[in-house]
Amino acid sequence: MSSMQTVSHGSVFFSLVNRDIKLAWSQGGGSLLAIGFFFIAVSLFPFGIGPEPQVLARIAPGVIWVVALLSSVVSLDRLYQADYEDGSLDDLALSPLGMLGVATAKVLAHWFSTTLPLALAAPALGILLNLPDNAYGPLVASLLIGTPALSLIGSVGAALTVAVRRGGVLMFLLILPLYVPTLIFGVGAVDAAVTMTDPLPHLALLGATTLIAFVVGLFASVAALNLAME
Amino acid sequence: MHRFANPAQFNRLADVVLPWAIGLTVLLSVAGLYYALFSSPPDYQQGESVRVMYVHVPAAWMGMFVYMVMAAASFTALVWRHPLALLAGKAAAPIGAIFTALALITGMLWGKPMWGTYWVWDGRLTSVLVQFFLYLGYMALWQAMEDEEKAGRAASILALVGVVNIPIIKFSVDWWSTLHQPASVMRLDGPTIDGAMLVPLFLMAAAYQAYFVVVFLWRMKLEINNRKLSVMRQASLQNTETQMEVAG
Repeated sequence: MSSMQTVSHGSVFFSLVNRDIKLAWSQGGGSLLAIGFFFIAVSLFPFGIGPEPQVLARIAPGVIWVVALLSSVVSLDRLYQADYEDGSLDDLALSPLGMLGVATAKVLAHWFSTTLPLALAAPALGILLNLPDNAYGPLVASLLIGTPALSLIGSVGAALTVAVRRGGVLMFLLILPLYVPTLIFGVGAVDAAVTMTDPLPHLALLGATTLIAFVVGLFASVAALNLAME
Repeated sequence: MHRFANPAQFNRLADVVLPWAIGLTVLLSVAGLYYALFSSPPDYQQGESVRVMYVHVPAAWMGMFVYMVMAAASFTALVWRHPLALLAGKAAAPIGAIFTALALITGMLWGKPMWGTYWVWDGRLTSVLVQFFLYLGYMALWQAMEDEEKAGRAASILALVGVVNIPIIKFSVDWWSTLHQPASVMRLDGPTIDGAMLVPLFLMAAAYQAYFVVVFLWRMKLEINNRKLSVMRQASLQNTETQMEVAG
């Protein structure tokens, strides 16, 4: 019994992470959709604002970060809902992981499958928007540090609206205000590089935001999920 | 605390407090507005526009204060399952949203002649705007679910998460030294504005506080009566059902 339990904690956790990543990347999963949305939405800006390279370079950090936030929310509405609707969330919560383990695994899977690829795809969009050469490092660094916060904070919104039919739009209203600090420090780091100042303080504050999101986000998600399961 | 969990007892307490609170609101508003509009000096830099401050600053304080009331009610509701705490949060939210909106609008009206623009994306303005959105999200979540109890507790979780925004509002003027002026009243080394301006400011702040108590108690009584009504309606529905069963 005891040997089974020591095996089960880690392996259940990682098989859940693995399953969620596979689901996110399979047909009908959210990840490709979110990344497609990321590309299309960013490439709309040159049409709307005009193709002047200087203007695009000036708005590039903000546009990429804002659209990354939106792409993250787009992919979040099924984070818990699919498992909630077919009842597997009940089973998962009774597994040795408990609800906290389940939420952690699902957030980790969401980060790895959806928001982390946004960070990796961002340089390609930087090229499209004429981002200055020295800003690519801070852009990727800020997204690498900030995207866990996007998944963590997004998880709270997804958990709060899990029992709400058509909760997707409501989720935008709940999550986006909470994304603001992440956005400010993330863009601040890239802008600092564009204007030739030190991006490090912004990155440090961004890291602090992510750590706060880690603590608050997981516990609030668990509370919201437990509430929905009652 | 559970002494006030009994709605009837709460209603009795509210009925005792309400006349006093209404009287205080009227008295303090009249005195505060008189001092604010007639009996205080114009600012040496801002001229007469400084009088917007007497409406704006208390509204901003109340926006934050009501949020903390809402958060405390949410905490009480989630941890102790206090039956009236959920309703207290629900009753407080729209009032706080209105105070926040008032702070934003009066600030914009003051900003146009003083800063030359209605709006800047400065740390203080942005974090107060976020607070306004958090109020909207809280109210939207209450509306989103059929089960009132669950809706209220979900909204309570959101309210508690949103508390991280409060210190951001308070310290935004120190962290980002931008257009909005830093604190001049709530300072460790004492207020830096003139006494002639502090009197109307505090009178108005007290008037807003009394006004909040009035509207809050009204809304609490309304929510309690609504709850009673729905219970009665359900009971009468069940009665008719059993009667029909007997008849059938």
